[in-house]
Amino acid sequence: MTAPTTSVPTADDEPDLPRPKDAGDPFDRDVLPTPPGATRALLRSLLAPMKARVAFTSFLLLLQQAAVQAGPLLVAYAIDSAVPAFRRDDHGPLIAVGAGYLLCALVSGGLQYAFVIASTRVNQDVLLDLRGRIFRHAQALSIDFHERYTSGRLISRSTTDVESLRELLNEGLQELVTVVLSFVYISAMLLWLDLGLGAVAVASFVPLYLLVRVYRRRAVRVYRVRSTAIAAVIVKFVETMNGIRPVRAFRREAANDAEFRVLNRRHERVNGDALLEMARYVVGSRLVANTAVAVIVLWGAYRVAGGSLELGVLAAAVLYLRRLYDPIDRLGMFLNSYQSAAASLEKIAGLLAQTPSVPAPSEPRELPPLKSEHPGREVVFDGVRFGYRTGGEVLPRFDLTLPAGQTVAVVGSTGAGKSTLAKLLARFYDPSDGRVLLDGVDLRDLAVPELRRGVVMVTQEAFLFSGTVAENIAIGRPDATREEIERAAKAIGAHEFISSLPDGYDTDVRKRGGRISAGQRQLVAFARALLADPAVLILDEATSSLDIPGERAVQRAMLTVLRGRTAVVIAHRLSTVEIADRVLVMEHGRIVEDGTPADLIAGTGRFADLHRAWRDSLA
Amino acid sequence: MPTTRATTKDRSAVRTLLRLWPYVRPVRARLLTAAAVAVLASCVGLVIPLVLKWMVDGPVADRDPAGVWLGALYLLLLGVGEAVLFGLRRWLVARPLSSVEAGMRADLYRHLQRLPVAFHDRWASGQLLSRGTTDLMLLRMFLAFPLTFLLVNFVTILIGVVIMVLQDWTLGLVILGPAVPVMVMCVIFEKRYAHVARLAQDQVGDLTTVVEESVLGIRIIKGFGRHRSQARAFRELARTLRGTELRKAGLLATIWAVIVTLPEAAIGAALVVGSVQVADGSLTAGTLVAFLSTALALRWPVESIGFLLAMSQEAATATERYFEVMDEAPEDPAVGADAERAGERGLRFHGVRFRYPDAPPDSPPVLDHVDLHIRPGESMALVGATGSGKTTLTALVPRLYEVTSGRITLDGADIAAMSREELRAQVAMAFEEPTLFSASVGENVLMGAGDSAGAAELNRALAVAQADFAHALPQGTDTQVGEQGLSLSGGQRQRLALARAVVGRPRFLVLDDPLSALDVHTEAAVEAALRDVLADTTALIVAHRPSTVLLADRVALLSGGRITAVGTHHELLRTNAEYAHLMSGTEEAEDER
Repeated sequence: MTAPTTSVPTADDEPDLPRPKDAGDPFDRDVLPTPPGATRALLRSLLAPMKARVAFTSFLLLLQQAAVQAGPLLVAYAIDSAVPAFRRDDHGPLIAVGAGYLLCALVSGGLQYAFVIASTRVNQDVLLDLRGRIFRHAQALSIDFHERYTSGRLISRSTTDVESLRELLNEGLQELVTVVLSFVYISAMLLWLDLGLGAVAVASFVPLYLLVRVYRRRAVRVYRVRSTAIAAVIVKFVETMNGIRPVRAFRREAANDAEFRVLNRRHERVNGDALLEMARYVVGSRLVANTAVAVIVLWGAYRVAGGSLELGVLAAAVLYLRRLYDPIDRLGMFLNSYQSAAASLEKIAGLLAQTPSVPAPSEPRELPPLKSEHPGREVVFDGVRFGYRTGGEVLPRFDLTLPAGQTVAVVGSTGAGKSTLAKLLARFYDPSDGRVLLDGVDLRDLAVPELRRGVVMVTQEAFLFSGTVAENIAIGRPDATREEIERAAKAIGAHEFISSLPDGYDTDVRKRGGRISAGQRQLVAFARALLADPAVLILDEATSSLDIPGERAVQRAMLTVLRGRTAVVIAHRLSTVEIADRVLVMEHGRIVEDGTPADLIAGTGRFADLHRAWRDSLA
Repeated sequence: MPTTRATTKDRSAVRTLLRLWPYVRPVRARLLTAAAVAVLASCVGLVIPLVLKWMVDGPVADRDPAGVWLGALYLLLLGVGEAVLFGLRRWLVARPLSSVEAGMRADLYRHLQRLPVAFHDRWASGQLLSRGTTDLMLLRMFLAFPLTFLLVNFVTILIGVVIMVLQDWTLGLVILGPAVPVMVMCVIFEKRYAHVARLAQDQVGDLTTVVEESVLGIRIIKGFGRHRSQARAFRELARTLRGTELRKAGLLATIWAVIVTLPEAAIGAALVVGSVQVADGSLTAGTLVAFLSTALALRWPVESIGFLLAMSQEAATATERYFEVMDEAPEDPAVGADAERAGERGLRFHGVRFRYPDAPPDSPPVLDHVDLHIRPGESMALVGATGSGKTTLTALVPRLYEVTSGRITLDGADIAAMSREELRAQVAMAFEEPTLFSASVGENVLMGAGDSAGAAELNRALAVAQADFAHALPQGTDTQVGEQGLSLSGGQRQRLALARAVVGRPRFLVLDDPLSALDVHTEAAVEAALRDVLADTTALIVAHRPSTVLLADRVALLSGGRITAVGTHHELLRTNAEYAHLMSGTEEAEDER
C-alpha cells in the first residue's frame, strides 16, 4: 500500500486566510474543557450497570477474606484450647482445628479462582463499554471537530488512556476491596479479641488517612502532567511513522530524534516524579504501621505479664496486626492506578462531553417518495450563510436551487468556497443561518441512513481501510453482492487494475503486492460512491490523481451513472465541465456566474477566460 | 485485519528477557542495590517474628517489664529500618527505570525512522505505536516489580524456610511439602500463559489500527454514513480481545488458586503437628507462634509468585514484540566508497528493474529494464497510465526503495555507492501526498535546505510555489501547522511541499504530480515560476496533464515497466498513439461519439 494519508483532515479549499485561532483555543490543550464532576460521573456511569456484579464479586472477596483471616483465630484456639485438651487426651478440638484449617485453605483457593474470573469479566465488560463509547462518540462528532482534535490525540485517548483504566480495574479494584475488607475485618477481629488492643490499631488509621490524603493530592498533579506528556510523545510518533517518506527524503531523522528526545525526556522526568511520590508514601505508611505494631506489642506484653491478657490472644493479635498493615502498600498502588486512571478519564470525559456540531435529529423525517423514476432529488440552499464558530465568514448569505437530475459543475479559484458548499450539502457542516433542503426536507431533519441514501460525497483524499479491495468498495453499500461490487468497479474503469492484483478483489490492501497508486485509490473511491447509489452525488476534486484517459473513462461512466441523479462536481480542471448541465463560478464565497457551459464559454466572463486558459494548456 | 505477527515459536521467557540486558546495563548498579535492599527489608520482616518469640518466651513469661520495653524498642527499630529500606528501594529505581523505558522508546523511534520504507508499507503504525507505548510500560513495570521480587521472594522464602527448619525441622518439612507440585504447576502455567498473552497484545495492536484508520478515514465513514458498521467492526475486535483477556484470567485464576490452597493447607498441617508437639512439651508455645508467624509472613511472597510470573510472561512477550521490530535490518549504512564518476552527467537509469521486496519472487516486476537519461539542467516529464509505476520510479532516485537490479547514476556516480545522506542532500522531492509536520510553516519549508538557509531563501521558495498566502497566516511563516497546528487546504499544503522541494536549490529535483490540487490559475502561476527554477536543475516530473508536461523539456513515456518513448511533447503527440491517448483521451472519446 501507499502511506496512509498523513495529514490531518483539512478544511479543503477554504479561503487562503484560514480561520482565526485565538490564543484561548481549548483545542491547544490536551484536556478539553470538562464539566465539573464529569470524570466521576463517567466512572459511575461505567460501573452503574455492573452494580450487581460488582457486589457479587466483592462478596466473593469478602468470603475469601473470611476464609483467609480465620487462620490466626484457629491458631489462638489451638494454643489456648486444643493443646490443653490434647494434653487431657481429648483429640477432638485439635482434629477440628486441622479440618478447619484445611477447609479454609480449600475455600479460599476456590473463592480466589471464582473471584479472579468474576472480576475479570466485570473489568472487561467495563472496558468494552468504554472503548465502544469513545469510538462511537469520536465517530459521531462532526468533521470540524476532527479537523481540530488531532488524530494522535484521539488515538492516545482510546489506547493509553483506556489502558490506564484497565490497570485500575485489573489490579486496583481488587486491591481496594481487599484493603477495605481486611481493614474492617481485622479491626473487628482485634476489637473482638481485645477491646484495648483493637482501639490502638483503629487509632492508627487516623495518621494513615492523613497520609493518604496528602499523597492523593500530590499524585493527582503528577499524573495529569504525565498523561499529557505521553500524549505528546504519541502524537510525534504517529506523525513520523505516517510521514516516513518525506522524513527520509528530507533527511529529517536526526532532527526528529532530537525533537523526540525532548518529548521523551519530559515524559521520563514526570514518570520518575510519579514513582518517587509513591516511594515517599511507602516510607510514611510503613513507619506508621510498624510504630503501631511496636506499641500494641508493648502494651499487650505488659498485660500478659500482668495476667490481664491471655498469651494466645496476644499471639493472635500480633499475627493479625502484621496482616492489618500489609495491604497499605497495596493501598498506595491502588491510589497510584486510581490517579493515573483519573487523569486519563478526565481527558476521556472531556472528549465525550463534546457535542456534535452536526447533531442527529430528535424527530427524524423521511424523504418524500421520488417524483419520477429517476433517483435525483432537488437541492435548495435557502438563505444559507456559513462562518466558523471561531469567527470568519466563509459563505455570505446565498440562495441556490439545483433541480432534480441536474449535473452542476462548480468552479473557481482556491478558497472561493466550493468545498464549503459541498460540505454543507453533505452535511459535514451545518449552516450558521438558513437551511439546506433536499426535496423540501431540511438536511438537519434526516437521520444518518436516510441522509446517506440522499447525499454521498467523494473527496480527493482516497483513504483505504485495512481489508480487501472488495471490502473497501463495499463501504458504499455493505450488503452489496460481489457481482454488484464488480459492476460498480467495471462502470468506473477500475476492474482492470483490480483483476491484475495478486488476489484480485480479495487482495488485502496492506499485504504483499497490495500497493495501490493514488489514482487507483481514487477509482476505488468512485466505485464505492457508485455502489452507494445516492440521490445526490458530490464529487470534490475526485479525479485529481487520475490520468486523462482515466478521467475520461470516469466521465463517460458518469454520463450514464449521473443520468437522472443530481450531481455537484467540483474540479479545478475544466474537463469535468463537459458533462455538466450547468456551471457555477464562485468567487469569495459568492456565485458570480451561473449558466449552461455553452452560454458561459460564449460569454466574456471569468469562465470564458478560465476555459480559454484550459484549452490552451491542452494544446 | 491487519495483523503483523511473528510465528509464536516455542521460546524461553528467560532467554527473551535477557535481551533487555543492554538497556538495563547502565542502571545495573542501582537495580542490584535495590534488589539487595529489598532482600534486606524482607529479612527484617522475617526477624520481627523472632523478636516476638523472644518476648513471649522470655520477658513476658518471666514478667520482666524491662525486657518487654527492650523488646518493643527492638521491634520499633526494626520497623523503622524496614520502612526506610522499602522507601530506599523505590527511590533507587524510580529515575533509572523511567530512563530505561525512555531509552528503549527513543531507540525504537530512531530505529523505525531508519527502517526501509518497504517495512513501513507492511506495518500499520498502530502496531508500531503499541510497541512504543503499552509494551514499554509493561517492561518498565517488569523491571520495577517481578524482576526484583521474584529474586527477593525467592531469597525470602529460602531464608524463611531455613529459619523454620532451624526452629523445628519436622514442622519445616511439613511446610515444604507443597513446593514441588506448586513449581510444576508454575511451569505448565507459564507455557500456556505466554501464548495467550501474546495473542492479547497483538489484538490490542489490531484494535489500535482500527481506531487509527477510523480517525484518518473519518470523511469517508461520514460521507457514507458508515459509522455504525465501523463501530460494529470495532466492537467485534474489542470482543475478541475481551475473550482473550478472559482466557488469560482463567489461567491466572487457576495458578492463583493452587498457590493459595497448597501452602495454606501445609500451614494447617504444621499447626496440628506443632500443637501436638506443644502438648507433648517437645516444643514451646513461643516457638510455635514464631514458626507460624514466619510461615504467615511467607504467605505474600509465595502467593505473589503467580502474578509475578504472569507479569514476567507478559514482559517477555512485550520484549519479543519490541525486538521483532528492532531486529529488522535498517537501510544498510552509508557505503561511502568513492564512486567513480564515469559516463555522462545528469540523471541516468541503466536497465533498472524493480520488484517490491515483499512481493512474491515470481510476480512480474513493477519496473522492467528502465533506461532513461536526463541531461544536466534538463527537466523530463514522466507520463504513464494510472498504476504504471511512475511514483515507484521516482521513489528509487532518493533510494526510498532499492533497485532490484540495474543502476541509477547522478552525474555518473552510482547512487548505490553514495551514502543516503549525501544522495538525499542532492535530490529534493515533492510527494503527491503533501505532508506537513508539526512545526511552523517556515520550518516546514526550510527542511529542504541546509542549515544556513534563512528568510531570503524561504521567501524565494514561497514565491516560486505561489505560496505567499503563508505571510498572511495569523503568525506569518511562524504559524504552526501539521498535527498540532492550523489545518491548511490540500492546495495550500501542496504548494508548501513544493516550496520545500525547491528551497535548497537542489541539483536534482523529483516532483511527483506536484500540481494536482491546484486550480488552473494558480497552476499557471506556479508553472511560470518553476520554469526559472528548472532552467538549471535536472528534474524528473511525474505529470498527468499537458500543462504540467509543458514545464519539461522532454517527456518519457512509462509503459509496461519500460520507457517506451522519449521526446518532446509535440513529437510524441504526433508519433506515439499511446501518449496521444494519455494526454488527450481523444481516441476513446471519439469512439464514444
